[in-house]
Amino acid sequence: MLNRLTLTEVSAQLAQRKVSAREVMQACLDQIHRVDPKIHAFLSVNPEDALAQAEAADKARQPDATATHRPLLGVPIAIKDVLAVKNQPLSCGSKILGRYVSPYDATVIEKLKAAGAVVFGRLNMDEFAMGSSTENSAFIATRNPWDASRIPGGSSGGSAAAVVADECIASLGSDTGGSVRQPAALCGCVGLKPTYGRVSRYGLVAFASSLDQIGPLGKTVKDAALVLEAISGYDVRDATSIQQDVPAYAQTLNGDIKGLKLGLPKEYFVGGIDPEVNQAVRVAIQQLEKLGAELVEISLPHTDYAIATYYIIATAEASANLARFDGIRYGQRVAGADPIALYCQTRGAGFGPEVKRRILLGTYVLSSGYHDAYYLRAQKVRTLIRQDFLKAFEQVDLMVTPTMPTPAFKIGEKVDDPLQMYLSDIFTISCNLAGICGLSLPCGFSQNPKLPIGLQLLGKPLGEGILLNAAQAYEQSTAWHREKPVLG
Amino acid sequence: MAVNEIDVKYVAYLARIALTPAEEEKLGAQLGQVLGYIEKLKELDVTGIEPTAHAVPLVNVSRPDVIRPSLSHSEAMRNAPAQANGLFMVPKIVE
Repeated sequence: MLNRLTLTEVSAQLAQRKVSAREVMQACLDQIHRVDPKIHAFLSVNPEDALAQAEAADKARQPDATATHRPLLGVPIAIKDVLAVKNQPLSCGSKILGRYVSPYDATVIEKLKAAGAVVFGRLNMDEFAMGSSTENSAFIATRNPWDASRIPGGSSGGSAAAVVADECIASLGSDTGGSVRQPAALCGCVGLKPTYGRVSRYGLVAFASSLDQIGPLGKTVKDAALVLEAISGYDVRDATSIQQDVPAYAQTLNGDIKGLKLGLPKEYFVGGIDPEVNQAVRVAIQQLEKLGAELVEISLPHTDYAIATYYIIATAEASANLARFDGIRYGQRVAGADPIALYCQTRGAGFGPEVKRRILLGTYVLSSGYHDAYYLRAQKVRTLIRQDFLKAFEQVDLMVTPTMPTPAFKIGEKVDDPLQMYLSDIFTISCNLAGICGLSLPCGFSQNPKLPIGLQLLGKPLGEGILLNAAQAYEQSTAWHREKPVLG
Repeated sequence: MAVNEIDVKYVAYLARIALTPAEEEKLGAQLGQVLGYIEKLKELDVTGIEPTAHAVPLVNVSRPDVIRPSLSHSEAMRNAPAQANGLFMVPKIVE
């Protein structure tokens, strides 16, 4: 049952040579074989390659090395299908990429490999990371490990389900409007969206470039901290990455939050929240107060405009970014008499309904005559939203909110109602618009059925250290992170 | 045309996406609904507010103009849907 261990535990056992990386990898592969036909977290896995990497990690281990030397050495980390891993398939959960194989490694993959991690698997996702349920995958709907009739959240649904179902030790996802935090909340693990620019986006297939960040999902806060530490840092290949040293996030976790000022945005605690979610979050806030945090009511006055702003900016950027999928240099091609017909046929056949909706919306808000009314206006409202956060962060160190207004909904429940689906992003998208960091961690369960509830913490730009420390303090004072689903 | 009705055919052509008549109808209605929701941004006065393109203010990020290693020719062609003589094949462009 090595696959059930946390990253921190696996790393310690590997360092003490109690287990080999090969055994850990094999345990994950066995679990995938056992449960993934039901969960569908993975689109594909290459067991030979994963085991070969694990064996190489076992050989690379120095006799005197400790877990703090190379915490990721030999640790299996699974990857969302939106990140380029050299010589592995990449589909972004879409048909349009056909049998695409990545010719290079994303920066985060280079960094994980350099840290010794066993990088494996292609995790299912909403097509091009567009969605909140992973139902928009062109291949299959990932199931929530707590209830297979329910969605795992999205768009990094595979990344969260694989961690919670113990099919990997940790995973990477991407978060444009909540796509790491949201599935983490609905499946019951830790998911972190770093500050915009903290992690290089090179090798991440772009959805909305001014909002996208790659983030870790893990079984504990410390696990997420260890992965974040490995993937962060300036990268000359991403002009938007920040030139700032990476702190030793995991080592500085001390669980002391005495005197920490914790903001409660009053606009986030209004109607529309499921009573059990509301209750669990309230109790979690009391717990943080018991641990020494000081609660401060704050206001983010433009909250009500965040979803509209997001769906203009994100779709506008997506319409430009996805123009590259035209059937010329890679991916599927559907023949046409001339290049325009080829593009139209290829894209008509290759993209699924949600991607089409978003490209059309983005094209519309950027089109002649509408640009100023929609896109430019949304960029200005984005300024107001960002100012709300920066102003509030003059009074508080962190903010605390629910991650999602409800626990996981049923598969198929919202699939034909895009607006309802968009509204479920209410608590997570402002973080991306403002460019700050955020994290979701388990804070309880609904009762009937038993489904995880997530607590969201939001931090200042580059405030990941404080964010993780508060999350760790809460986590270690509760037992939620030790709960496991029963997997048939 | 009402504010929340969009000319789906025209926008789909701009986006280079072929749609079936059924898709045109369904996506058109759904987009109309989303646009209706987005209209709420018009409630706000944004006079004098600077637009935000990126959350991290960056100015003129540049690097030295020197050749760096990049993909080899064969790696770059590896995923081509149609190729000949080391080139991407496309439909006839010039008569």
